[in-house]
Amino acid sequence: MFTWLHPYAKTERAYALCNTLLPYFFITAVAGLLVGFVWGLLFAPSDYQQGDSFRIIYVHVPSAILSMSTYVAMAVAGFVGLVWQWKTAYMSMIAIAPVGAVLTFISLFTGAAWGKPMWGTWWIWDARLTSQLILFFLYLGVMALYAAFSDKTQAGKSAAIMALVGVINIPIIHFSVEWWNTLHQGATITKFGQPSIATSMLWPLLISIAGFIGLIGTLSLMNLKNQILRRELHRPWVTELLTSSKPVSKKGAK
Amino acid sequence: MNSKTHLAAKSTANQAMLDNSTITQDNKVLLSAQGISCHKQDRVLFEDISLTVSSGQLIHLLGPNGAGKTSLIRILVGLSSPDSGTVTLSNSTSEPYPLIYLGHKLGLNKHLSSVENLQFWANMHGVVTTTDELYLLLARFNLVGLEDVPSGELSAGQQRRVSLARTQLLPANIWVLDEPYTSLDIQGVTFIQELIDDFVESGGAVLMTSHQPLQSRLPVTDITLEYRL
Amino acid sequence: MNTVSPIMSVMKRDLLLAFRQKAELLQPLLFFVMVITLFPLGIGPGPDTLQKIGPGVIWVAAILSSLLGMDKLFRDDFNDGSLEQLQLSNISLSWGMFVKVLVHWCVSFLPLLFISPLLALFLNLTTPMYWSLVFTLVLGTPLLSLVGAIAVALTVGLQRGGVLLSLLLLPVFIPLLIFATSAVESAALGLNYLPQIAIIGAMLCFAIAITPFAISYAIRVSHH
Repeated sequence: MFTWLHPYAKTERAYALCNTLLPYFFITAVAGLLVGFVWGLLFAPSDYQQGDSFRIIYVHVPSAILSMSTYVAMAVAGFVGLVWQWKTAYMSMIAIAPVGAVLTFISLFTGAAWGKPMWGTWWIWDARLTSQLILFFLYLGVMALYAAFSDKTQAGKSAAIMALVGVINIPIIHFSVEWWNTLHQGATITKFGQPSIATSMLWPLLISIAGFIGLIGTLSLMNLKNQILRRELHRPWVTELLTSSKPVSKKGAK
Repeated sequence: MNSKTHLAAKSTANQAMLDNSTITQDNKVLLSAQGISCHKQDRVLFEDISLTVSSGQLIHLLGPNGAGKTSLIRILVGLSSPDSGTVTLSNSTSEPYPLIYLGHKLGLNKHLSSVENLQFWANMHGVVTTTDELYLLLARFNLVGLEDVPSGELSAGQQRRVSLARTQLLPANIWVLDEPYTSLDIQGVTFIQELIDDFVESGGAVLMTSHQPLQSRLPVTDITLEYRL
Repeated sequence: MNTVSPIMSVMKRDLLLAFRQKAELLQPLLFFVMVITLFPLGIGPGPDTLQKIGPGVIWVAAILSSLLGMDKLFRDDFNDGSLEQLQLSNISLSWGMFVKVLVHWCVSFLPLLFISPLLALFLNLTTPMYWSLVFTLVLGTPLLSLVGAIAVALTVGLQRGGVLLSLLLLPVFIPLLIFATSAVESAALGLNYLPQIAIIGAMLCFAIAITPFAISYAIRVSHH
């Protein structure tokens, strides 16, 4: 069923695929973030209650929404690795992890910064902030486990199991924390039928979400390329690549 | 490089088969491995190794430290999976226990006595043993008077003997012994070699590593793993 | 010839070992009681305060002491090679692991249930609070053992797995902490706490179904 994917289990092909995909993600990232931020920060109307401080949502909401999806992407990579025993899947998993962790941190930081003028305090044990914090811990756990093993195959498998345990837990954690504390505002953009956010504010938000997706893709792919090179340092194709200055993307992509 | 290993394994294996056929044994293949390779820490330990273990065969796995003997053995018994290739154990209907593996770790709990350790091991394999049988067995292994001492208080050689006494508890087809002579005295080595030879003659197969040459009365199949960078 | 069930022999052996090492079993239990004694000393002995923080304190202490005891769950068997032999034996590794975790729960968490009346006394819990606490402990602590065993199995081959184990497990245990303490709080207010108990029970059922496979897979990874 997934036979078309199998060639990418080989590190060389995966590296070539990274090079092929990278420009698209990069362009999306630059265009999306530029348009989204300029529109959102300069041209979108300010909120009638929160004034200009609401504009932090153009960073906060994308990072918060995508930090969860990034975790799922990481767990899926780990699952693929466990099922098909692909080295490149573990590498992708661990390439995604720091990107997701930083993303989660950004959402926490911007959340706190937004909370200062809104709630008058940097930190509040609000349901969403708390589940983001736990998500951050889960990311750190996966990364710490991976780092603890010197045998990277074993490290990949172990971290993948832990990522899967985390991914099963995320809905439970999310639900439990919501239930524990329902202080935060209701969901803002998921209700597409009756948006509680003005269209003039929504468009820049959606564009910056697209920009963030591009950014996550770009950073993960670059990290994956490094992972592959570091792990396959002694393979002939890597030595060839590193000694010749020509980019390999043309050769491998077909 | 590995083709040489491969060849060496093959030629001596044929030799052994010829010798065995004179003792009228039909050489049933008990375990076969096809094209297995193993990487550790991104270093290639071995690549594309194929070997078969047939009944009546005594295989001595040789190689310098770090050549991957233990890794190969752990793959063959099924404790770890090869990076590529397959290992097949022939499921003979008469023998429910395909193999006995005794590795570097002895598998003896230090708080349990020798008898308790052996009893548990036998029970875990679904075999019932009485304490009397175990006392007799331990006496054969020169452990009289130490039957009820916690294994942690035995000397390294004595622990090795207790561990090796397991080979007598199950009717297995293959014994896979990783460095069985470690910390054994000269009499111990001779005694264990006798057991191994008897087992091989009765139609079993033994795959073992040892840094000393084997003092076996039977033809030995040597397989040499080379250290690879 | 009478036959033995291989799986029962694993259970028998682990129980025997536990009773040979009674002192080690007592340590997490003592730790548990001592942590709980620290709270009245640190916060103040006001009966209302204690009653308010009581459920949380007991559950946090239970989680911490479980981490302390769990570190050793597979360690000896891994180091001396018993787990290798178990993996190669006729027993399915998942079953074997499940039984090991079960025995571990019996010897390390059941005593905790027996001393729980003492804790109720220490922290000034009312009778309904006490009963709800007992229910959450009965259903929640096996969940701790089962989920914790996955991480224990993953870190068993590492030299210093102790702190890493806590890093991995504490975030995962948060939902249990939330539901368990909220059940006790509901009981304190005289409300129905069955929903929380039902959720913990559901999580436990799910864990029983899934975790043995995850634990045995993790052991295989550690044996690699």
